[in-house]
Amino acid sequence: MKKMSKVTKNNLITYAMVIAAYIVMEILLKTGHVSSLLQGLLVPLCTYVILAVSLNLTVGILGELSLGHAGFMCVGAFSSALFSLTTKEAIPNGGLRFLIAILIACVAAAVCGVIVGIPVLRLKGDYLAIVTLAFGEIIKNLVNAIYLGIDSKGFHFSMKDTISLNLEPEGKVLIKGAQGITGTPHSSNFTIGVILILITLIIVNNLVHSRTGRAVMSIRDNRIAAESIGINITKYKLIAFTLSAAMAGVAGALYSHNLATLTALPKNFGYNMSIMILVFVVLGGIGNMRGSVIAAVVLTLLPELLRGLSDYRMLIYAIVLIVMMIFNWSPAVLDMRKKLAAKLKKNQTEKEA
Amino acid sequence: MSFISYLVTGISLGSVYAIIALGYTMVYGIAKMLNFAHGDVIMVGSYVVFVAVSNMGVNPYVAILISMAVCTILGMTIEKVAYKPLRGTSPLAVLITAIGVSYLLQNLALLIFGADTKAFTSVVTLPNLVLFEGQLTISGVTIVTVVACIIIMVCLTLFVNKTKPGRAMIAVSEDKGAAELMGINVNGTIALTFAIGSALAAIAGVLLCSAYPALTPYTGSMPGIKAFVAAVFGGIGSIPGAMIGGIILGVIENLSKAYISSQMADAIVFAVLIVVLLVKPTGILGKNIQEKV
Amino acid sequence: MKKKLLSLVLAMAMTASLLAGCGAGTGETTGTDGAEVAEEAAEETEAAEETAEEAEAAEETAEEAEAPAAEGGVLKIGGIGPTTGGAAVYGTAVMNAAQIAVDEINAAGGVNGMTLELKFEDDECDAEKSVNAYNTLKDWNMQVLMGTVTSGCCIAVAESAMADNMFLLTPSGSAVECVQYDNAFRVCFSDPNQGIASAQYIGANALATKVAVIYDSSDIYSSGIYEKFAAEAANQPFEIVAAEAFTADNKTDFTVQLQKAKDAGADLVFLPIYYTEASLILAQANQMGLDTKFFGCDGLDGILAVENFDTALAEGVMLLTPFAADATDDKTVKFVEAYKAAYSDTPNQFAADAYDAIYTIKAACEKAGVTADMSTSDICDALKGAMTQITVDGLTGDGITWSADGEPTKAPKAVVISDGAYKAM
Repeated sequence: MKKMSKVTKNNLITYAMVIAAYIVMEILLKTGHVSSLLQGLLVPLCTYVILAVSLNLTVGILGELSLGHAGFMCVGAFSSALFSLTTKEAIPNGGLRFLIAILIACVAAAVCGVIVGIPVLRLKGDYLAIVTLAFGEIIKNLVNAIYLGIDSKGFHFSMKDTISLNLEPEGKVLIKGAQGITGTPHSSNFTIGVILILITLIIVNNLVHSRTGRAVMSIRDNRIAAESIGINITKYKLIAFTLSAAMAGVAGALYSHNLATLTALPKNFGYNMSIMILVFVVLGGIGNMRGSVIAAVVLTLLPELLRGLSDYRMLIYAIVLIVMMIFNWSPAVLDMRKKLAAKLKKNQTEKEA
Repeated sequence: MSFISYLVTGISLGSVYAIIALGYTMVYGIAKMLNFAHGDVIMVGSYVVFVAVSNMGVNPYVAILISMAVCTILGMTIEKVAYKPLRGTSPLAVLITAIGVSYLLQNLALLIFGADTKAFTSVVTLPNLVLFEGQLTISGVTIVTVVACIIIMVCLTLFVNKTKPGRAMIAVSEDKGAAELMGINVNGTIALTFAIGSALAAIAGVLLCSAYPALTPYTGSMPGIKAFVAAVFGGIGSIPGAMIGGIILGVIENLSKAYISSQMADAIVFAVLIVVLLVKPTGILGKNIQEKV
Repeated sequence: MKKKLLSLVLAMAMTASLLAGCGAGTGETTGTDGAEVAEEAAEETEAAEETAEEAEAAEETAEEAEAPAAEGGVLKIGGIGPTTGGAAVYGTAVMNAAQIAVDEINAAGGVNGMTLELKFEDDECDAEKSVNAYNTLKDWNMQVLMGTVTSGCCIAVAESAMADNMFLLTPSGSAVECVQYDNAFRVCFSDPNQGIASAQYIGANALATKVAVIYDSSDIYSSGIYEKFAAEAANQPFEIVAAEAFTADNKTDFTVQLQKAKDAGADLVFLPIYYTEASLILAQANQMGLDTKFFGCDGLDGILAVENFDTALAEGVMLLTPFAADATDDKTVKFVEAYKAAYSDTPNQFAADAYDAIYTIKAACEKAGVTADMSTSDICDALKGAMTQITVDGLTGDGITWSADGEPTKAPKAVVISDGAYKAM
């Protein structure tokens, strides 16, 4: 254990935490001690954890603010749901189908990541943030306008309405514009979710401590210095950004295979969602993967646990959010916390002595 | 003729965005933070006017003054309680707090006023301007909004460039540390900026709801985001930029609705924004800051 | 340090979740409030005609509702809908009206000796949150589901309800897929039904020859109606000269859509949308000097109740709606009065649907002889059978019947707004 570097140890603690949480949940599930609410929340929790970790790669490691993360999730969700829907009969094995669907989501989101990343990463700071927001909104807007149907002649595509698809009578409408995709098979489950979380964490943690990761972080810390020692800025930025998008796509697949309907509303794929994920990242600590995991879990559970307050639920949630931010970030509060901790320690040592 | 008509309504919509964007840009210029709660301050301002005029029978112009006072106090309180403790840390932290404040205001309004839509009585009594034998109608609200927008822009520019507190704002926005060394009260200046920005939000709320008279707790959020985009369009931090950005955004939005697709208007607006930023990375009137090595 | 604190927060959250898990009944419907409403309702009945004795009895039942261990047990009805977020107005209306119906029924002695208990959960109009709300209600041991309010959420929840064999009656989920399973029924019209009925009505009454449509392409309800309307229009003696959309992110300025309708020479504008946007459209049409007829569906109902709305703008607007808040039949008058007394607000069509939904559940329970000690699945099977046999005289129609596919049969009423009030056409 001593030989292990601090970093590896730190990573292992994170993995162990996830696995322990999984085992505890599984035991509770098997013995029937889990409320239906929590059972239903397990897959969404996994989704948000993956989203938070993947965004942390962009925000924490690459050091760029992205407000369009939900857009990539949206691409992943729709591409995978479309695949599962069309191959429901062709691939009867649900597990295999879902695996392919996840890969498709991953690739589709990664392609989008490259397309968005090339122009966007030339910009800096808040301008980059606003352009990612714009891309996210464009993706959502486009998805809302897509009509896709299938009949014996193959796929029909329209941007207007189902009538202009000109389907044969027995044809089936797959994507119905704003009504989205209905009837996606329910393939997501907690085990797959946890495996995906672990994969995401391993990818990100290994990337951070690889040559590529160090190059990315050198760009974050000092772009000009990094450039001067011959690091290809665009390439490394794009690698991190695309990877982050691909993982968001995976989360999207998990999301879409957990619900029977998939619609691109402002609520679930708009900038609101992107900001929500950003909240997880910032609250958990920028660049701190374990923090993201915890923050995503806590903040997803919070509004559900506050249900007892009925009307005041979202109000309390907002207040808790503000207070937590000030508690975790304010220099004055941090100072106070440090002093308090020192005092406690002192008291303890005095007692021991 | 319909083209001119689309153009005019575009300018009308754009001038509403412009007024909101002015508030965004002021705060961003000084405090370097995206104040996501700005749109919700607008909503609060509108509710104040609504309650004062419709429920208490106050004169609309007095109501606007009351609303400005309420918003100013609200803006300064938000700054003091939620943003000031985080000054000096990552701008992201303040961004998240701003989002928290935005949720807070929306849900407070939901609890107090309920989710029902309220029809806002327009405070503008100017009659419509009918041109070319009825082929072109310019509504009174449009005229008032555009004029108000220009007046506010000129006043703000004069204030910032000619008065002492205004110049202090420029100093703070350029370099906080140096400004402090020169004896400028940085905290006071930032508080003043929030006060002005929030007072503008009250006016923006009144004009927004006069032009589009449906008031809900969520009225402010979407125009808020659009105005933010407009501010970036024009070059965030620049006062004339906000106005130009707002109007261009409104015109593009309406023309793309008219000639391309009403479903995809937002996508087109955002696409244009991306193109503009790629060509001119700091917006139309933004200053290009040279990087120091 | 930060991590420690975070884990502390996490630990606290976990404890809280455990607590929430144990006390499944933590959030009973605002006990005292409910009883108050019941009392008020009881008072109203008294004012109407009842003798003092009966009112006393009603008050007793109201007290009993407070301590929910009546002899026949308690039937737990869950409700789901948005009470926060942009669609909150619909969810709140459903929640309030359902509570009124539950209190009335309890005051009148309940169903088969059972008292009803309603718990309403927020879903923010988000399918994922809706499923969470459904699971929360399951933890509360819900036996019958009245919901969800919005279509998208309803489709997702219907999936879970089907898996649990939970009886589902949606007051206002109008998309076709909401009731695709045999355990799901609805009170409102389906979207295709409304689209076709509107087109036929316009055609049959020769209201127009050139029709423009303005619809919300990002909304399931609106785009669903539009599609069927457009399809049916091909068989009708009018043509659609303009079909303009708007989206949830872009719904303040409609001048372009209206201008296009004007340029296309439309003599009627069809608005298959909700009244918030419609009120804006009417105001802007007036500003532009556009003078056409306007025709809408049930979503338009409520436009006259918008606080401070200049009803002159809506003069001549026609709509197909099953419910009108200012109708003069006893049932509507009584309901509107109770609603106004309890929530100082005028109920809209969503409220009426919810009110009917609770009474429908009552009727079906009586028909099937449901008792509180039956399992959820048994209740569902019993109610499924009963639904096709009952006839309900509700606010949204007389003699409503259901077919096994979950669709209600009732006649849409066309009304026209004149002098700030609905008038039958």
